[in-house]
Amino acid sequence: MASTEEIREGLAEIVNEITGVPAEDVQLDKSFTDDLDIDSLSMVEVVVAAEEKFGVKIPDEEVKNLATVGDAVTFIEKAGS
Amino acid sequence: MARSQARVVVTGLGATTPVGGDVASTWESLLAGRSGVRKLTQEWVADLPVQIGAPAAVDPSEVLPRVEARRLDRSAQFAIICAREAWADAGFTGKASEAGLDPDRVGVVCASGIGGLTTLLSNYDQLRDAGPRRVSPLAIPMLMPNSPSANVSIELQARAGAHTPVSACSSGAEAIAYALDMIRLGRADVVVAGGAEAVISPLPIAAFANMMALSKRNDEPTAVSRPFDKNRDGFVLGEGGALMVLESAEHAEARGATIYAEVAGAGMSADAHHIAQPEPSGRGVITAIRKALTDAGLTPEDIAHVNCHATSTPAGDVAESVALNTVFGDRVTSIPVTAPKSMIGHLLGGAGAVESLATVLTLHHGLVPPTANVDDVDDDVNLDIVRTTPRKLDDGPLAALNDSFGFGGHNVVLAFRRA
Repeated sequence: MASTEEIREGLAEIVNEITGVPAEDVQLDKSFTDDLDIDSLSMVEVVVAAEEKFGVKIPDEEVKNLATVGDAVTFIEKAGS
Repeated sequence: MARSQARVVVTGLGATTPVGGDVASTWESLLAGRSGVRKLTQEWVADLPVQIGAPAAVDPSEVLPRVEARRLDRSAQFAIICAREAWADAGFTGKASEAGLDPDRVGVVCASGIGGLTTLLSNYDQLRDAGPRRVSPLAIPMLMPNSPSANVSIELQARAGAHTPVSACSSGAEAIAYALDMIRLGRADVVVAGGAEAVISPLPIAAFANMMALSKRNDEPTAVSRPFDKNRDGFVLGEGGALMVLESAEHAEARGATIYAEVAGAGMSADAHHIAQPEPSGRGVITAIRKALTDAGLTPEDIAHVNCHATSTPAGDVAESVALNTVFGDRVTSIPVTAPKSMIGHLLGGAGAVESLATVLTLHHGLVPPTANVDDVDDDVNLDIVRTTPRKLDDGPLAALNDSFGFGGHNVVLAFRRA
């Protein structure tokens, strides 16, 4: 299983690819909407790309709970374990 | 019918076409008679009966940032590029409010012929090959035909309305007619109007080819689109678009804007005849031309130039000539006409916009661009077709028409007057 940092890095790569936000800005304490300015459509793209990259399922009803990068990393860690 | 008193003028131009990535390079290529038609190089072309097209001279990926481009269908990418050029050309910087305009008085009318077809197809491929979860959440906002219009309105903060006429190959001209109405009716002071299209891909090529609408002469691409020529055998699919900033004359004059030409009037009709064939007597076209003249307060004697729809199909080009002969009588042979599709191919929803822009520049510079590939004029065509080199127009007040017709029998004729 990937480490927390590896998941954050992987997520940062995805966010950069989809939204252009610099990967180094994608830190655990950052809010997807308030800090990274990611809209709901791009968030779905990020989620689907993350599912594929980490081999996990992130149900639609779960997405609203993923406010920060840290929330997403934690969810992926748990879902993958 | 009473004519509206509000005059509408063109104060900004933007284009990206098969012969140039902006207005200046497009105009230079048109004057030079340079064809943008070429052999397509994509892998998928091998199985198709038609292997030629007129792709944009400058790919949007060279102009737009990657992240911005990936959220836009290619047609909306063209529209955004055109809008930025036209907006800057009109002397505006930033969004409407930053440019000193009231956003509620700024509108957008950006036409589309078929909408975001390649986005639709690539998402269908995803659905079929990878399942529903992999269909992009951006698919709908990208493929909806109003997407170019909506994106331009967001870009410019245009809040008076964002509209999308859809009338096949006359859509781009219908957009300008709609914008003219918006300003005349007092719904807006400034409207960015035109159209864009991007469907050079296997399905539309196969479909148009099966309609017998496309030329299949794959070996000599630059000689293929040949409006009015005896050996024409169909049109060539092009892509790109154009947008113009239309403005009430009062508004333009108050801010000291450069005025390219006046949009003097519009005439529209429907053939009510056949879904793809032109009505052979040109009845609907004649009606549209006459309506445009009346709307503009012009007579046939005032017209010094016609920018033809002429797509290079056997039936369509003759029907247009018949209509022009009916309206202009013996004078028809002293009206220089041109057919830009000989160089840019057929931009569908973008065609009427690019060709209106060419008509505006023709009046502005007093030069009619030549029609390429007219080697041997069809015996059934009786027109003064400008060939080989540009033709100079007289100085002084002049008016010109742009013809646009679409599958379904839509006829749109726009009248422009030298400002």
